[in-house]
Amino acid sequence: MSGALLEVDGISVSFDGFKAINNLSFNIDSGELRAIIGPNGAGKTTFMDIITGKTRPDSGKVIWGEENVSLIKKSESDIANMGIGRKFQKPTVFEDQTTRDNLTMALKNKRKPWAVLFYHSNADDRAKVDDIADEIGLSDHLDRRAGDLSHGQKQWLEIGMLLAQEPRLLLVDEPAAGMTVDERNHTVTLLRRAAETRAVVVVEHDMEFIRNLDCKVTVLHEGSVLAEGSLDHVTQNQDVIDVYLGR
Amino acid sequence: MQGPLGKFMLKHPSTLVFLGLLSLFTIIVTIGSEAFGYGFVSTSFVKTLGKTLCFCLIAIAMDLVWGYCGILSLGHFAFFGLGGYMIGMWLMYERTRLIVVNAAENAQIPMTHQEIQDAIGTQIFGVVGGSDFPLVWAFSHLFWVQLALVVLVPGILALIFGWLAFRSRVTGVYLSILTQAMTLALALYLFQNDSGLRGNNGLSGLQNLPGLESTDQSLISMWFFWASAFALGLGYLLVKLIVESKLGNVVRAIRDDEARVRFLGYNVEVYKLFIFTLTAVIAAIAGALYYPQAGIINPAEIAPIASIYLAVWVAIGGRGRIYGAVIGAAVVSLLSSWFTGGQAPDISLGFYTIKWVDWWLVLLGISFVIVTLYVPKGIGGLFDKFTKGAEQ
Repeated sequence: MSGALLEVDGISVSFDGFKAINNLSFNIDSGELRAIIGPNGAGKTTFMDIITGKTRPDSGKVIWGEENVSLIKKSESDIANMGIGRKFQKPTVFEDQTTRDNLTMALKNKRKPWAVLFYHSNADDRAKVDDIADEIGLSDHLDRRAGDLSHGQKQWLEIGMLLAQEPRLLLVDEPAAGMTVDERNHTVTLLRRAAETRAVVVVEHDMEFIRNLDCKVTVLHEGSVLAEGSLDHVTQNQDVIDVYLGR
Repeated sequence: MQGPLGKFMLKHPSTLVFLGLLSLFTIIVTIGSEAFGYGFVSTSFVKTLGKTLCFCLIAIAMDLVWGYCGILSLGHFAFFGLGGYMIGMWLMYERTRLIVVNAAENAQIPMTHQEIQDAIGTQIFGVVGGSDFPLVWAFSHLFWVQLALVVLVPGILALIFGWLAFRSRVTGVYLSILTQAMTLALALYLFQNDSGLRGNNGLSGLQNLPGLESTDQSLISMWFFWASAFALGLGYLLVKLIVESKLGNVVRAIRDDEARVRFLGYNVEVYKLFIFTLTAVIAAIAGALYYPQAGIINPAEIAPIASIYLAVWVAIGGRGRIYGAVIGAAVVSLLSSWFTGGQAPDISLGFYTIKWVDWWLVLLGISFVIVTLYVPKGIGGLFDKFTKGAEQ
């Protein structure tokens, strides 16, 4: 498909003989919201590892953007700077630093040590941080240590850090894990709003959460795509019922 | 206070307090010195204090690389020693040359340039059975070049070592072991007679500055004391500026979760390399100031154990607090010289006498364990409630 923001074509990777990803192909357009579901061990996390440069596939292609750049041999930091942001399953914020410092570090700015050493906070950046804090509901917690935030707030801070990076593609791993119902609803709103200006891929187990996201769903199984389509479409697919929903 | 530096100081009063105390200490020692004051601080004690300031400076470097960046380097004393060797080569060459030239002036037959060179060579390398200048001494007659090498040799070694290690993503305890191997390999190499740096004899007579033979040691000791205090103040300010900048945030983030920092788009390896090399250079400058006060440097100085002591100082003083590193290095190294210098009174238990020369290390080991288990923030952590209140 031309015009796709990210094009994953026939990738495979195995660890000690175990095929974690098996001839997987996947496309996402700019501005698309997509959910990925699949049982444990379906290869969801490995899939994200490959896109973000943490794991190198044994074969296949990962093509990014209008200029069709291959991501296969790029480092994690290069890929992040090209516009792919990633949120981990476990909230990973820098607990020793304040919410403001966490967001400022993530802001899209020069990443070279020299530029970072002589960085001076400016009104523009401060306004951006305030806007993001407002969006993720942490305006009153900007000067608190991130480690003192609640679990849900840390998840939002991490999403906020992703927004600060201004990525064109956001990969989000189980954002609703361990959240209360209210927090989940807020997270759905955040992700849907984020998807208005960029592509978002959400990996999630929770069916209710995915229904609220109301988007196209890809089902992974044993490292390949089993089905793709609307949530209703895939939940009626016999294969999907057999391997995932039927259990 | 005016200017950006003034603003910085007001925002971080601990820096102002530290620099104030350091200045006060320098003034007190100057007033008490034999050269400038009442003489209640002996010249040998001025040297001990000056050397302690150099230890404090390398401890600051260790705190930056370990306490802030999370790289437990157990090899930074190699850089300290290399810095000492580089300045020591010039000191030893130039002083020997002056002695030889002086002797030649009194000789009946004038000596040729070659004869003078040979005589210097014999003086310096006679102990290892040679008289030829090894290649590494090529610039030993040029003060400014050797001074540049103080920074360049350890800096380039750190750059190459760090590049290889960080690029292969060696982290944690494996990196620590690798740095130990580096300093051990360097020490073993220097122990050899044909290493070109006089084997286990090392370089000696470094307290005598060329051309200043008639200047009393009481005066020279003060010069080095001042230089060490100045370098410590400057080093403190530099490291504080770094850790309080956005780079400091990134460096601390690398310590806490380097994989996450990569996904933020920062090239973690470059940052680690920058900090590792910078701290190696600071360590080298500390060494270049230390050894002229110690008078002698030999390969035993860069044995693996020295770098481990450095980590112990910083741990006891409190990681991630620059003044903690200074406190740790000062307290532990001064106590160490007190206990091992035979000044501490032995304790007689009747059936057994505790000799501190032997038991000091046991005491140090026990304190290290206690600090690690019960006071993980070290001595510096005791000041946290003052600094936290002032610097928010």
